[in-house]
Amino acid sequence: MHYLDANASEPLRPEAKAAMSAAFEITGNPSSVHAHGRAARKLIEDAREKIAARFGARGQDTVFTSGGTEADALAIHALGIGRRVLISATEHDAVRSAAPGADVLPVSRDGIVDLDALRAWLAAGPPGLVCVMLANNETGTIQPVEQAAALCRTHGALLHVDAVQAAGRIQVDLTALGCHSLALSAHKMGGPSGVGALVLSPEVSGIIPLIAGGGQERGRRGGTQAVPAIAGFAAVCGAIFDQPQIAALRDRAEAAAVRIGAIVCGGGAPRLANTTSLALPGARADTQVIAMDLAGVAVSAGAACSSGKVQTSHVLTAMGLGALAGETIRVSLPWNVSEAAIEAFETAYSRMAERSRRGLVPAAA
Amino acid sequence: MSGGVDSSVAAALLREQGHEVIGVTLQLYDQGAASGRKGACCAGQDIHDARRAADHLGIPHYVIDAEERFAKAVIADFADSYAAGETPVPCIRCNQTVKFADLTALAADLGAERLATGHYVRRVDGPQGAELHRAADQDRDQSWFLFATTRSQLDRCLFPLGAMPDKRVVRDHAARLGLAVAEKPDSQDICFVPSGSYAEIVGRLRPDALEPGEIVAQDGTVVGRHDGVARFTVGQSKRLGAAAMAGGERRMVIATEPGMRRVIVGPRTVATGVVRLREVNWLASPQSGPVRCAVKLRARDGMRPATVEDLGDGAVVRLDEPALPAPGQACVFYDGERVLGGGFITRAEDYPIASVI
Repeated sequence: MHYLDANASEPLRPEAKAAMSAAFEITGNPSSVHAHGRAARKLIEDAREKIAARFGARGQDTVFTSGGTEADALAIHALGIGRRVLISATEHDAVRSAAPGADVLPVSRDGIVDLDALRAWLAAGPPGLVCVMLANNETGTIQPVEQAAALCRTHGALLHVDAVQAAGRIQVDLTALGCHSLALSAHKMGGPSGVGALVLSPEVSGIIPLIAGGGQERGRRGGTQAVPAIAGFAAVCGAIFDQPQIAALRDRAEAAAVRIGAIVCGGGAPRLANTTSLALPGARADTQVIAMDLAGVAVSAGAACSSGKVQTSHVLTAMGLGALAGETIRVSLPWNVSEAAIEAFETAYSRMAERSRRGLVPAAA
Repeated sequence: MSGGVDSSVAAALLREQGHEVIGVTLQLYDQGAASGRKGACCAGQDIHDARRAADHLGIPHYVIDAEERFAKAVIADFADSYAAGETPVPCIRCNQTVKFADLTALAADLGAERLATGHYVRRVDGPQGAELHRAADQDRDQSWFLFATTRSQLDRCLFPLGAMPDKRVVRDHAARLGLAVAEKPDSQDICFVPSGSYAEIVGRLRPDALEPGEIVAQDGTVVGRHDGVARFTVGQSKRLGAAAMAGGERRMVIATEPGMRRVIVGPRTVATGVVRLREVNWLASPQSGPVRCAVKLRARDGMRPATVEDLGDGAVVRLDEPALPAPGQACVFYDGERVLGGGFITRAEDYPIASVI
């Protein structure tokens, strides 16, 4: 089996596993007064400082959450109070669901946000909250967040950035980007699932919680911290994978698919090195994913809901791809991708495309 | 794999026989929306059960989004059929489109040799290819619902439950194979009408079918009012109010006229000997001349001796004993256990029952 679905979850990195194994030896609640509690607290505070520094922020402005979805929800809940909200058309459901009724910022055919539209929206009303993701989960498209942040600041708006897919793949620095908050998720960086963080700029860090509980995280997120998971998160937060090598393998897989008839979605914009979005005209996305899985290659399509059915991608639809949105799979290379996986992909993809060309893969009904 | 005991056992038996089995579940409609529970999962318990059965069997399992296809090919057709004064059979439409047409195509795409389902029918390999036969368990036989399966689809199908003597044996297999759904209750009625109020769904898609109108006798006399032609089917006596009786005799619906929004009632003796069919599918070799066989006019109806004549674009059925068929229902032809073919019954105005009216 070859795993090419890193954007769903990166394989666990060995340093995360080692850090978590060590952390499992610690007994104690970080909120406790005694020595055991202090040991647990030291672990999470060390982790907090390391993660904050890595993302250009201060420890006291970094809030641990259960993952990226909660970080997005907390940011929108807290920063959106009394503000109009604008989200880009290609945001993850974590943002879309947390901001029902938000205005939508359109994107180009390559998935890049329309900065003129952003400017117009900012100028058209009272200060708002804007959400623009740094890198898209389906296409890998990297947004001009610095420019968006500058525009937002000019108009007194706040900018929340979902950096879940970008972290671990490109440099992510809250201060350099100029945004007000970043959502992070450990398992997209080779850490464990179940932990993430909302990293805030000092000017907005005194947020109100979604879950008050026992006042943990300086009253911004109740609930006992997941000590071993936080240890695993800190262990991988400094990693930036070998991007030139991954890009070379991605480009090779992509070129092979294009030779067979695939179209690369968002190929004209700056992208993450590990991601490609491949449309195969006339072949249903779900059928492609199943055929690849049965051939031993794990890829994905659109966003799988809890039922497991593949829904037509709102990202690709927003990019104006029409029917192709239902005929596209995502191939995302993990940090430990092997050449053998790319070879297996090429073989499986070409077999699948051949069946499709024979007219056996029906177009979306 | 619907998540029920039948398809789970079908998969488990094939797996036990050593086949490489791939589980597929169709997401046909939004369960959350259908049950009216806001925020409920679109998938519901059945897909979860199917996935857990596949997990237990150690087979890959996939959920296919067929919502759009189902909405058009089955639900919209269901509403249109009622609005046209018919009594549709959505299960046949579903089998004909979403299930057997699309899933045999999917099987081919995935390099699978066969499509297996948990239907109670038998596939028999005869001298001229695959034949469709009634199930061993006559009470559960579903052959009437599968008449529209084409011969090339049937060629690729397997029905592991066709020879099961009864449902108890199927449940015993499920228990023996460790399936959690062994005692899950059978599904009831029409899957996309969980509340049982089909008129609500018809009314949402075709409000015209629920507009009030007149109930008239065969001579045109107005004998009552009704609340939508879609609420009536040929042979029905309920919902007629005072119009249900005339001169001490019970009356029933003998036809509906959606254009005039009229429901026509008559004595329970009204019947016709001639039934015309459209969308005829033959599962036996093309017939030249009239065919003597038995026909079944409703899912729960008995066999009626008849002669069927293929007309190319349809068929005409001459019943030995007159009956009152409901337009939109299927008329399926049998030679003993074997399904020879079938078609959909056309509206009364197209055939001589009109002369009775």
